[in-house]
Amino acid sequence: MTKLPYERPTIRKLTAGPLSKFGPRAGARPVAELEGVPVPELLARFGSPLFVLSERQLRRSYQAVMRAFGTRYPQVQLAWSYKTNYLNAVCRVFHQEGAWAEVVSGLELEKALGNGVPGAQILFNGPGKTRADLARAAEVDAVIHLDNADELHRLLEVAAGRPHRPRVALRVNLDAGIFPQWDRFGFNLENGQAWQALQQVAAATEQLDLVGLHCHLGTYILQPAAYGVAATKLAALALRCQQELSLPVRYLDLGGGFPSQNTLKGSYLPGPDAVPDLDDYAAAIAEALLGAGFRVGELPLLVLEAGRALVDEAGYLLGTVLATKRLADGRRATVLDFGVNLLFTAYWYDHHISPVRTFSEQTEPTVLYGPLCMNIDVVRESIVLPLLAAGDQVVVHRVGAYNMSQWQQFITLRPHVVLLDLQGNPHIIREAETLEYLQQPERVPAHLQG
Amino acid sequence: MKLKKNIATSEAGFVFNPATGDSFAASPLAAEILELLKAGQAPAAIQASLLARYEVSASQLQRDWDDLMAQLHQFQLLES
Repeated sequence: MTKLPYERPTIRKLTAGPLSKFGPRAGARPVAELEGVPVPELLARFGSPLFVLSERQLRRSYQAVMRAFGTRYPQVQLAWSYKTNYLNAVCRVFHQEGAWAEVVSGLELEKALGNGVPGAQILFNGPGKTRADLARAAEVDAVIHLDNADELHRLLEVAAGRPHRPRVALRVNLDAGIFPQWDRFGFNLENGQAWQALQQVAAATEQLDLVGLHCHLGTYILQPAAYGVAATKLAALALRCQQELSLPVRYLDLGGGFPSQNTLKGSYLPGPDAVPDLDDYAAAIAEALLGAGFRVGELPLLVLEAGRALVDEAGYLLGTVLATKRLADGRRATVLDFGVNLLFTAYWYDHHISPVRTFSEQTEPTVLYGPLCMNIDVVRESIVLPLLAAGDQVVVHRVGAYNMSQWQQFITLRPHVVLLDLQGNPHIIREAETLEYLQQPERVPAHLQG
Repeated sequence: MKLKKNIATSEAGFVFNPATGDSFAASPLAAEILELLKAGQAPAAIQASLLARYEVSASQLQRDWDDLMAQLHQFQLLES
């Protein structure tokens, strides 16, 4: 006799509350495959947990950003933000599409060079460039985005005696009408620091070649109009540079900070409903630049350091339920085989999480915990999911940004990262770590051996 | 492990405690178990019946049974 499918019995208290104007909550739809590849097959082959990146989505996102900006402004260049995800395979997909590299450390500079990016197409940001970093950047002709006066003077020392002038851009922070104002990177515009720095650069034109102005408003900026304000102010500064200092500015870099469709913690609406369309950002920036007063034929190149908007959507984290339990207050808790060690962005987002197999319509709210023996290891404080049991698999969506660069090796090893190519073939792009790999740099003093 | 006599249950899973005014929604399997408990069946007999009819191991069923009973206890639906 065929037995009936089983789902654990559960009972929940009915509570009266205000009706939701959005109607009943939609159940979590199962996601059984990625790019046509069954999730259970991926987990059986590569183990759980597992990061998966879709090459198709990486390219689609890049092309979407280029389309949004390129149809509104004549000269647009994307510089892939390495810190968002600097796995070489990911970087190379974007470089194949035409992206330059935006790096923020000596390590990232070397990674970009290793990925075949010509030095002239590398933009070196970051507040902590060492003398060696500056020398290396100058040597390979990367553009150094000056962050502070100490760095400017350090670079002047580095530049002395070089056959070619290092190319530089000035990092500018400004009031674009958003709070908090990020003023820790670069020179402030409103208090005159930026102009003072530009005058110093102008006085050193024999040693330095000013090519651009840069501004990074912040992260996950949900106000496209702020970019319009920043573009207007940066364009005015560029024009002033040209008129008063005879320094033509070849590019304006509006930085990054463009959001993905993840849902920020505390957001009333889910990300897909709350996040403005990329076209809104493109329109705000293009309108500001086109109306800034540049002469025909002298429009500067528009550079964008997109990161999250290019890679987040393409990343998935697959995992498995290790256990379910009930907390003291009666809430359900579910323990997963990944936590904040791998899903760093769980600190910022209420990640969308789907079951893999089909369940009945029964659901229950649950806390999602990771496997770490730490109280902070919470993947979701509360999420309505089907009646998951140990062994069930889940898919976390939009994890491509920051997780694979900010993840932590803590009490467990980091798993494989797999790229699904355009045909859906999986390729390991980062091997799962081993105990041997972890211990390779360790040394045990002689008196502790044996 | 008996359901309080005054607890009203329905086949659809609606559960009502007239003493407190609380109402509950039980999943289909939980509703089935509540009906059997209310009919006075012994837990062991109910579990044996479920094992015979559902695709579940004895170990899993026991864990889920304990969890359900803990919930019923917390909701004050069981005789003390």
